[in-house]
Amino acid sequence: MLHVDGLHASYGPIEVLHGVDFHVDVGEVVVILGANGAGKTTTLRAICQMIDTKGSIQLGGETINGRSTTEIARRGVAHVPQGRGTLTDLSVEDNLLAGAYTRKDGEVRADIDRWFTTFPRLQERRDQHAGSLSGGEQQMLAVARALMSRPKLLLLDEPSLGLAPLIVKSLFAQFAQMNQTDGLTILVVEQNANIALDIAHRAYVLEAGQTVLTGTADELRHDDAVRKAYLGY
Amino acid sequence: MSTTQSVNESIGKGYAALGRLGQKRIISIGALVAVLAAFSVIVAVQHGFTLFLQRIFDGLSNGFIYAAMAMALVLIYKATTVVNFAQGEMAMFGTFIAYVFGHSLGIPTPLAIILAMLASALGAAGIERVLIRPFDPRNHLAVTIVTLGLFLILNSLAGVIWAYDNRAFPSPFPGRNRSFSVFGANLEWANLFTWLTVLAAVLLVSLLLSRTKIGLAFRSVSNSLESSELLGIHIGRTLQFGWALAAAVGTLAGTMIARTTLLEPNFMGRVLIYSFAAATLGGLDSLGGAVVAGIVIGLVQTMSGGYIGFIGSDLAPTVALVVIVGVLLVRPSGLFGSKRVERV
Repeated sequence: MLHVDGLHASYGPIEVLHGVDFHVDVGEVVVILGANGAGKTTTLRAICQMIDTKGSIQLGGETINGRSTTEIARRGVAHVPQGRGTLTDLSVEDNLLAGAYTRKDGEVRADIDRWFTTFPRLQERRDQHAGSLSGGEQQMLAVARALMSRPKLLLLDEPSLGLAPLIVKSLFAQFAQMNQTDGLTILVVEQNANIALDIAHRAYVLEAGQTVLTGTADELRHDDAVRKAYLGY
Repeated sequence: MSTTQSVNESIGKGYAALGRLGQKRIISIGALVAVLAAFSVIVAVQHGFTLFLQRIFDGLSNGFIYAAMAMALVLIYKATTVVNFAQGEMAMFGTFIAYVFGHSLGIPTPLAIILAMLASALGAAGIERVLIRPFDPRNHLAVTIVTLGLFLILNSLAGVIWAYDNRAFPSPFPGRNRSFSVFGANLEWANLFTWLTVLAAVLLVSLLLSRTKIGLAFRSVSNSLESSELLGIHIGRTLQFGWALAAAVGTLAGTMIARTTLLEPNFMGRVLIYSFAAATLGGLDSLGGAVVAGIVIGLVQTMSGGYIGFIGSDLAPTVALVVIVGVLLVRPSGLFGSKRVERV
């Protein structure tokens, strides 16, 4: 579904990614691990063409370099950015409706009800401004809003950041379930390697803007370097 | 310590105190209401209630126009986070189009105004596409300068086409020059209809923004450009919608006031100053705030000009300036605006 080859990306004159290669197949959960500053967020931003890139990014066999962020979103890529990107002045429900902006079918209401069932806290706060939600609720809203577009590929940028361990756990359980029942393809970048490897099929390790290691989730879990650097034992 | 130093220090302290005063919205609004109420009671007692009511009516008539123009400014500000300095000239141009439709083509005035609003919306959509969209929406200075250029272009263009003669603009309302009496004060039917028209426009715009898909996109883009892109919202088209809507509202305001001021290429200048004051007072990103503040500014203008001798009608525009400076000093985000507003 997504093939990234020799990806270079820069913020102005400063190059941040110096050759990132990975791919995500349909129905997979792939995790990219990396420390602060390794280029995880930049990789996701590069996929959505929010920064200048070199190298090839192919989505469903088509090169998407140089397309607009809006168009890539319309091709079925839903990006939950770091900091969640909720529309703080809009109500919870309007956030979800905005998530379904590109859809033209009549099932938007049904989907809203579905995510309200999945995340009952959002239903309780449906008329509140999204800016008044707690961090965990905002993350739920960001995920639900991304899924409202019925994406082919879900990009998650450190969904565990700043959340209590229990909330992180239930959020990742949701991701795993969406992957299993809906066949949703997910690319997640995380520092929290433990929980991310639990739901992933395959993983990559990003260091200083380059992919340095790859394997199945199990292989990486038992890799000495990964264990020391990211799993903490 | 030198005198300059101590003077500087006390000025700084004074401004800091003003800033603290404006931190709580409820206090700011309360203070404003208290001042206006005290002023009203004093002048009503001193000069009689009938005159006071008459001035209220006059103030409201201006105030509703300012409210409509301020709403147009806020629409563009919410979309692009720039103040559209050409808003008044766009409204002036739209009013001339209504004049041409009505006067030269013989279309009935209300219909001519509606057609002119549509024409303005189309024109503004074109202006957005050609003059605004090439610039990065994050580059506020560039867009602001473009709106200043647009101001000059539209003003000169109108001068070339229609010359600088005063023209009478027909009232679109029935009951020309007829009025009725409320507690001894005269209220023209046309003024009452103006208020109702502006209120209807405010209601329509807020419904458009809260109930339609393009309205949702507009609110989303004005909240966060980046998130909207990630949701697949076409930024350019959405901003274009904002420009079109603002232009239509502006033209409506222009045609409402041209009835009383006469039409010529500079006639919106004064209106725009008061509308800027209203948009600033209400908070540049609050539609409701703009409407309320527009009415307040209309009242303040009429009352200060009418009751405070040395202000009269010549110094009245400076009242708008005082309001702008005062608001920016005491409460930069306006009465109803959100705090993150930082650019003007």
